[in-house]
Order: sequence, then structure tokens, then C-alpha cells
Amino acid sequence: MATAVHAPGPSRPSPPGYGGGSNVSLGAKLRAPGFYRAAWMMALGVAFAFFLTWVVRASTGHTTFKHYIDGEAILTVSLIAVPLLFLVGIGGFDYWFYWAIGRPTRPEDHSGHGAYTWKDYFRINTDHKVIGIQYTVSSFFFLLVGGLIAMLMRAELAAPGAQFVDANTYNGLFSVHASLLIFLFVIPVFAGLGNFVIPLMIGAPDMAFPRLNALSFWLLPVAGALMIGSFFAPGGAFADGWTAYAPLSTDAPVGQTFFSLAVQFAGASSIMTALNFLVTIITMRAPGMSFFRLPLLVWANFATSLLVVIATPFIAASQFFVLLDRALGFNFFNAAKGGDVLMYQHVFWFYSHPAVYIMMLPGFGIVSEIIAVKSRKPIFGYRMMAFSLLAIVGLGFTVWAHHMFTSGMAGWIRIPMAITTAIIAVPTGIKIFSWLATLWRGVLHLDTPMLFALGFLTTFTLGGISGVMLAMIPFDIHVSATYFIVAHIHYVLFGGSLMTIFAGVYYWFPKMTGRMYDERLGKWHFWTTFVFFNLTFAPMHILGLQGMPRRVATYPAQFADLNLFISIASWILGASTLIFLYNMVTSWRGGPIAVKNPWRGMTLEWQVSSPPPVFNFDKLPTVVGGPYEYGVPGAVHGTFAPTPAPATVGAAGGSG
Amino acid sequence: MPRQRSLIYTIVAAVIATAIGIALSFAIHWFPAQASTQARNTDRLYHVLVIASVPIFVLVVTVILYCAWRFRMKPGEELKDGPPIHGNTRLEVVWTAAPAILLLGLISYSFVVLHDNEKKPAREIDIGVTGQQFEWSFQYPPSVTGGKPLETHQLYLPEGESVKFDMRSKDVIHAFWIPAFRIQEDVVPGITTHWRATPDRVGSYPIVCNLLCGVGHSTMRSKVHVMPEAEFDSWLKSELSVSTASASTGGGASAGATGKATG
Repeated sequence: MATAVHAPGPSRPSPPGYGGGSNVSLGAKLRAPGFYRAAWMMALGVAFAFFLTWVVRASTGHTTFKHYIDGEAILTVSLIAVPLLFLVGIGGFDYWFYWAIGRPTRPEDHSGHGAYTWKDYFRINTDHKVIGIQYTVSSFFFLLVGGLIAMLMRAELAAPGAQFVDANTYNGLFSVHASLLIFLFVIPVFAGLGNFVIPLMIGAPDMAFPRLNALSFWLLPVAGALMIGSFFAPGGAFADGWTAYAPLSTDAPVGQTFFSLAVQFAGASSIMTALNFLVTIITMRAPGMSFFRLPLLVWANFATSLLVVIATPFIAASQFFVLLDRALGFNFFNAAKGGDVLMYQHVFWFYSHPAVYIMMLPGFGIVSEIIAVKSRKPIFGYRMMAFSLLAIVGLGFTVWAHHMFTSGMAGWIRIPMAITTAIIAVPTGIKIFSWLATLWRGVLHLDTPMLFALGFLTTFTLGGISGVMLAMIPFDIHVSATYFIVAHIHYVLFGGSLMTIFAGVYYWFPKMTGRMYDERLGKWHFWTTFVFFNLTFAPMHILGLQGMPRRVATYPAQFADLNLFISIASWILGASTLIFLYNMVTSWRGGPIAVKNPWRGMTLEWQVSSPPPVFNFDKLPTVVGGPYEYGVPGAVHGTFAPTPAPATVGAAGGSG
Repeated sequence: MPRQRSLIYTIVAAVIATAIGIALSFAIHWFPAQASTQARNTDRLYHVLVIASVPIFVLVVTVILYCAWRFRMKPGEELKDGPPIHGNTRLEVVWTAAPAILLLGLISYSFVVLHDNEKKPAREIDIGVTGQQFEWSFQYPPSVTGGKPLETHQLYLPEGESVKFDMRSKDVIHAFWIPAFRIQEDVVPGITTHWRATPDRVGSYPIVCNLLCGVGHSTMRSKVHVMPEAEFDSWLKSELSVSTASASTGGGASAGATGKATG
């Protein structure tokens, strides 16, 4: 693993303030940002939790020592203090602390930029390209954990009755499965790909806030550790689904607190990255890069970031409510004490419905890039593609209660929510038809990224169709919370999001690693994934219609055959990921060296070396045309020559 | 021209695929037993939705397959680009307006079904439903029993009589779902929720808790027995005559029921 993952370059002298050199004393290591400092600071966090609960309990009438200390209280405070002190220890706040206490701050010399050995990926790094890879690789780690959990669940469901795990463990498995894959895979992996690609695409040297960017990455392992660690909590992992409906969650064992807090860290990470994206996209575009010359991936992340910034605080609030109910008896959701049970669901879904677009729009962006480049044609209806993203953002906030058609809320709310839910299919349909029209009469390069993009089009269309069906209230009343929903959500998140993620990883792999992946293995990966995805999830529609609820550890014998079939298909689907892993690892270590523009793309990231220089552009690019002018004779998107006429520079502010 | 001919073949294939898809949607056994008038309406809605969906899905897949076949890069075209078509306003208006009209039509139809399914009939009986971890109980008020109130753990309903359930929870949220009736609603602590159905087919069907309610969620099930009016009346009479909770389980429709009179 010691081989340089980036193209061979000079090894960087250890910058001041960064531990890790071999001849540094232990004392210096303990003071310098890094894992050594993080370790003792985390211990400090436990001690703080111990003393805080002791002092509070002693001062509020607990008289005997036995009552001073309370395991669950210490654990709850630790779960807040330890992650925060880990972030301090690793160096996430160093610059701001130095600034706040008036010590000389390290000038922004970009000593944290670039990665020269694999170790550079395990420290605070302000380079958006390093952070992008940190994000992507760690998200895929969580995909593997979440996927393995899914295969365990399918083992349990292979036959009716109890097989391997008890009901509580099973409930924990599906809860952690969903939470990991939503909060630590799909959302952050898009943030990772966006992190790597967006500054390159818009012609910027980095993100607007590199230090915030580094901090937002390091919040993710914290959230992941909390979610996976909950399996070791007394009473087991949180077991109320990723939806954590109150009052089940407010009375659950302490594992639930792990979820409540993990969501805070993952959510904070999302919000920071989204702010960073927004400011970067608005203020750091290259001269000439008006909004309507932005690649659609940038548009998609712009739209997604709007959703994240507005919606994510709501799930943070919903989990704080649960935490306060659990830890301090606030009774937000205790009906007997005047609490309102349905309010939880409204606050939760006000985030969690837009969240499905947070998990889909960046994928739309990836597919737009790939389909244009691989069809050798301009995107059909570019402006409508951009506007439909914004339409989805707006409408996305008006549909949340379609998750609550059977919740017992006031009946009339269903009507407007059903209408908006049906209407949101229109901008989505515009995008699908525009991609199809882009394919038409193109010169299609059917390689791995394109296959995943086309596979996405078919599976996502099915997921969209079942979504429209679910807008029809009488039908939803029958299938709500059944396996039909499980099928629908996996067609959208696996057949939709994950397909686009695979497409994007293959597409930008040469740019990110400087190496080419193995095309033959890529195609094998696509076909096994595509076939066994459909064999796994299509039969679930029928199970749901037939009356099988989701989130059950056991089920009536009548569903046995289909479930066994699904389980077998799902294990092969899981195994197909090994092809992907093998391809990624071996290609990164020893694949053929990638040229700077293997796909003949026009967007700016393909105009620099693979991987790009530390500051992206040795010469400032000037954007002179649209991003997808394939087939237009002599068309260029960006030039690197000195800007000739001031007229083009004038558009730098953008027309948006 | 070969291109025109291949296009015609493709369109023909798509039409055939659509026909097969729709035929298949009638052949597939989608639903469990259909035991309420609401179920009939909902199943019809589902079939309409499938018929509307098949051509759209076939259209998307056909265009992808046709493009992958006709327009894939041939040897020697490595550096070739497609024609620079940037858009077509008329086409874009069509694929914005046509789905919008279709969707508004379908959603209007679904509102008609919803209205029919939830309409208050001239005559209905009220039955209480209580969810608790992890069992169901059913309360028959005096207005139904004609005597003392009655509580059971399986649900007995007269055929053809509209019934309204008043649902309460003792602990967490459950969902009261009878798949054969195609209706469910959450049973929420602190409020009383309702749904109504008109069972119209004699038989026994599962009752399912359809909202995660804890470790016993998978097993929180019961049965609904729909019986002819006369049989229901005699069942009521026999249940009322049993005075204590240690009711013997008789044969027939009440087999396995742990009916007990409260009062």
C-alpha cells in the first residue's frame, strides 16, 4: 500500500505543525494535530462526561455515590463530547482556534494540499481533490458494510420463521443498513464526487472554504462509527428503522441515541459541504463561465445544495426532539403528557422527502455529463434540463406528507400533496426524455460509464413509474409500508442513485487516479449488477401487493418461495460488487496510465492532466462556449490562452 | 431506406411489447383475495395505472435499445461526433404537456376512487380497534351487540355491512391493515383514527400490523372473519352468553378465537 497513489512526484517535507514524520518525539506527536492527539482528547471527553453527570446529579438531589454515576447519562454525554474532541484532536478546528486566541495562524500556504503517500489521506487535508477521494473511498467502505448487512438480512428472510438472528437484532440490521446507506453512502459519495469535480469543472483552484471542507469530511467517519458502534450498545443497535418514529424511538434502548447523534454529525457535514458548493459555484467560476455555460453536474449540485441547506436542519431538529425526550424527559412525543406524535413525522419527512432528491439530483448531473460525452452530442434541451432541476427543488418541498397518507393526519392534506407528487414527475420526465433525445442519432460509445447510465435510465424509469402509482392515494393506502415500498425505494436509490454513482466513479476514475480501469471487468460488473438488481427487487413489488409488510423478521409461509428467490439473487448482486472492488484496487495500483482526456470531453476537468496539478490550473481558463458543443465544428468550451478581448471577461459574474 | 425500415420494425416491436406487457398485467396474480367493495375500486385503479405505465416504460426501453443498436459507434467512427442538435421547442413542449395531462387525469381518477372508498354510507356499524405491543383487540359497542359491550382478539364482521373502525393505541404507533380489504391506517397514541370498509366476500383473512412497533412486530397479526349476516348474529349471541374470559373455543367460524365479554 506504500506505493504512491498519485503520479510520482517529489515527496513533501513535513510541514510545520503536522506530526507524522518518523523522527518526531512522542510529546510533539501528542501536541500536533493527528490521531495521537485525537486519542487522548477522546479519553478527555469520556472523563468530561463522567464529571459533568456526576456534578449535575450530585447537585440535583442524588445523595449516594451509586446515584452520582449513571451509565446511560455518561454514555449520552460521551457520545457528544468524544466525537467533538476527536475532531479537535485531529486538527479540524486548529486554524480557527489559533485565530480566536490571537496566536499567529498558519498562512494559507496550501501545505495541506495534495497527497503524496497514502498516509496523507488520513489527516486533515484542505485539497478538494484529496477530500473528494477521502469522501468517495470512505463512502464505499460504508456501502460495503451496509451491503453486507443487507445480505445478512436476506439470509434471515430466506425462509419464514427465525433463521440466524432474533427479532431485535434483525430490526437493528435493517435500521443500520438504511441509515448507513443514506447518510454515509449515497449523500456523501455524491458530495465526494462533486468535491473532486466541481472546482475543476468551473475552473477554480479549490473550493471556497477549504478548511470547512476538510472538517465536513471528518464528520463522516464520526457518524459512521456511531452508527456501526451502536451494535455494541447495551440493548443492541437502534432498531426503529432509519425513520425512528416516535414514540417507539423515545422509549428504545440507548442504541437510539447513537442514531440521534450520528444524524447530527452527518447532517452537519452535509450542510457544510452544501454551503461550500453554493459559495464556490456562485463566486469562483472562471471568466466567461456564466450560469448557462455550467456543466449540468454543477447545476445538479447547485440544486442539491439548495435542498440540503434548507431541509437538513429539519432532520437535525427531529432527532434533537427524540434525544431530549429520551435523555431529559421533554415529552415532545409523549401523548399522555400533551406531546404530539404526528409532529415527529411532519418534521422528519420535511427533510426526508427532499432527501430523496438530495440523493438523486447529483446522479442526474452525472448521467447528463456521461450521456452527452458518450453520445458525442450536445445535451438536448440544456436550459430545460437546468430549469427542471430547479422545479424539482421547489416542488420537492411540497410533497413530504405523501409519506403519511396512512398516518392518521387530517385527510385533506393528502389531496394537495398527491397533486404535487404527481406533478413532480413532469420535470423528472423532461429529464428522461431529454436524455433519450440526446442519444438519438449520436455516436454511442457503449463503455462501462455509458452502460451504467443507460441501465440507470431503465431502472429509474421503473422506480419513477411506481412512484407515480404511489401518489394515487387509494393505491398507496394498500401498499404503504409494504415490500412494494421496499421495491420502489430500491429502484430509485439502487437502480437510480447507485447506478449513477458507479457510472460517475468509472467516468472520473482516470481523472481521480491517473490510471485507467479495466473495461472488460467494468462491463462484467455492469451486467451482473443490472441483471441481479432486477431479479432481487422486481419480485418485491408482488410481495408487497400480496400483503407482505416491510421490516418483519418473519413472514407467513405463502411468501416463502419468492423470498428465497430474492435472497439468492441478492447474494449474487452483493458478490458482483467484488468485481468492482477488484477492478478499482488493481487499476488504481497498476492500471495503464491515463491520458488527460480519455473520453474527449469538453468540460474543463478534462483539459488538465490526470490527476490534475495541485492547484488544478497552471493557467487560468477562460470559458468561451457551452459545455457540450459536440459536433459543432471548431467549438471550444474553455481556452487557456491569455484572454484577448475584455468582452468575454465581462460575463464572469454570470447571467443567473 | 434501411433506416426508415428499421424504425418501422422497432415501432412494431414496441407496440407488440406494449400489448404483451398489458396482457401480462392481467395474467399476473397481483393481489390477495378481494373481500371489500373498496378493494374492487382500488384493484381497478391499479390496473388502469399499469395499463398507463406499460407504454411509457416500453417507450423508454425501446428508444434506448434502438439507439444502442442503430447508433452505436462502429469501427472507424472513434473520432466522429453526432449532429449538433441542441433541442426542439415543440418536442419539449409536447413531453412536458402530455405527461402533465396524463398525470392530472390519473390523479383525478384516483380522487374519485378515494371519495367512493371513504364515503359515509347511510348505515354503518362502529367497531373499536385497540393496538398494543403486540396484539390486536376489537371492541363491539352496545349499539352493535344489542346488549353488553364485547371485546375479542379476532375480528368478526357481517358480510355486506359497512363498518367504521375507531382505532386507538395503548403504547406506540401500529398500523391496522387488512390486505384483503386494501385499506390500512396508523393507530396512533393520543388520537383516534378511522377507516371504513364494506366486506363483501365471506371468508377469513389476515389482519397485519404494518408499522414497526418493536420486537414482536412481525408476529402482531390476527384474523378477520367475514360471515353472512345470520351467522354473525348467532356468533354475537353465543359470545354474549359466555360470561367470563375463560371462554371455550368452539368450532366453526370462531375457532381459535379468544372471545371474552366485558361488562
